[in-house]
Amino acid sequence: MSILDVKNMHKSFGNTEVLNGVGFSMEQGEVISILGSSGSGKTTLLRCINFLERADEGQIYVEGNLVFDAAETKNRSAAQIRKAQLNFGMVFQQFNLFPQYSVLENITLAPKLLAKERGDFKSNKKEIFSEIEKNALELIDRVGLAEKVNNYPCELSGGQQQRVSIARALALNPKILLFDEPTSALDPELTGEILKVIRALADQNMTMIIVTHEIGFAKNVSDRIIFMDRGVVAEEGSPEDVIDHPKNERTKEFLSLVDRK
Amino acid sequence: MNAWQSLLNGFGVNCMLFAVTLVLAVPLGLIITLGTMAKFKPLKWVMKTFVWIIRGTPLMLQLFVALYAPGLFGHPMSSRMTAALIALVINYAAYFSEIFRGGIESIPVGQYEAGQVLGLTKVQVFFKIVLFQVIKRITPAMGNEIITLVKDTALARVIGITEILMSASRFAASGVIWPLFASGLYFLAFTALLSALLSYAEKRLNYYQG
Ligand SMILES: Nc1ncnc2c1ncn2[C@@H]1O[C@H](COP(=O)(O)OP(=O)(O)OP(=O)(O)O)[C@@H](O)[C@H]1O
Ligand SMILES: [Mg+2]
Repeated sequence: MSILDVKNMHKSFGNTEVLNGVGFSMEQGEVISILGSSGSGKTTLLRCINFLERADEGQIYVEGNLVFDAAETKNRSAAQIRKAQLNFGMVFQQFNLFPQYSVLENITLAPKLLAKERGDFKSNKKEIFSEIEKNALELIDRVGLAEKVNNYPCELSGGQQQRVSIARALALNPKILLFDEPTSALDPELTGEILKVIRALADQNMTMIIVTHEIGFAKNVSDRIIFMDRGVVAEEGSPEDVIDHPKNERTKEFLSLVDRK
Repeated sequence: MNAWQSLLNGFGVNCMLFAVTLVLAVPLGLIITLGTMAKFKPLKWVMKTFVWIIRGTPLMLQLFVALYAPGLFGHPMSSRMTAALIALVINYAAYFSEIFRGGIESIPVGQYEAGQVLGLTKVQVFFKIVLFQVIKRITPAMGNEIITLVKDTALARVIGITEILMSASRFAASGVIWPLFASGLYFLAFTALLSALLSYAEKRLNYYQG
């Protein structure tokens, strides 16, 4: 069974049709990179998948369960949407760390707040919190920031901030991790450290959707490439097929214009 | 009664006006902010007009209105002090609300979205993520308003409140000028204390940038 099924997503902003029937599905442990020219709707697709935008048409299934259906007349409750949202982790282009919190606090904030909803929270608060902190410290170590645990985001480089934001997303154990151009806001010499972290996650079988302009990285890390054009999936397939032997005219044109390093 | 003593009594009134105005204008300002940021257009429009009127007219005029307007509707204002407090609280709530609104609107939308994708409720996003950043950003502007408020309490004399300047000018009228200057010392001492507190708060909030 696929872990994620996205069906026939449509989304317009005013008169601009941004998504025009996008659909795909993915398996547990799969890594998909989404490529496409600026304005083709990649960000909008990710935002519709994790409920930052509401699609006008389409359905989303996670592990076969319907979590979103634009046709539903009754809006789902905020609590239901939150629950569905937690299937996904999101890494933003601009990191969006919380500036007033230390690295550790950035990562433990949401798990600690969510733990309050657990039935055994009152009686086990201490153990639950120390478990959360232990887990956060492990994640910080995994992204190579062990010596920055108590630093604030403003004291970190862009690459370090982005690694914190990856650890923050992982702390909630999402089923699927979404990345929207995770290296675009970084100096070229810092992109490598992020790509290394993502590569390691791929090796640990994390299910990921990565919107990126790093063609070489996409080819190297992905099981499958989706090429988007004007709100539809123009071409999809293995990295070798889509990147080395594109069939679609728009894909060819796009690849001829970008740096393929 | 000696002059220092009556100046001190007068300044007690200024301090009371200051404290009550500050304590009440902050929550009222927050409510006005919610109104001016409301999605419901008529409410937003009414609140914005209200803020515009309060900020666009002299506080001195508002003091007179607070004292005399109830009388026009058959309920004469019984207490001058109440009238002074109403005018000061409403005036400062309007100014505060604009500072709050500016602070809230200056927080990048990415902060809300990051909280949302981490499964936080709207209330948690506001109280755990946004509020502190707003407080940090508005502290300098609030500090300025608070210092101005200390001095604006002296305006209450125009509706007959015996605050420090009123006491001092009584001495001046009988030929003793120095209490007028002495009253300035009270204001200087009080604003110096507040400035010190505010810069301490700003320093504490400066443990991070942004
Ligand atoms: N909130 C919005 N309101 C109006 N238009 C929007 C909004 N968000 C996106 N758009 C428009 O939708 C189109 C697709 O935007 P989107 O951000 O999804 O593209 P993208 O493929 O991510 O591009 P890029 O590679 O530049 O990030 C653009 O034309 C954009 O102007
Ligand atoms: Mg984008």
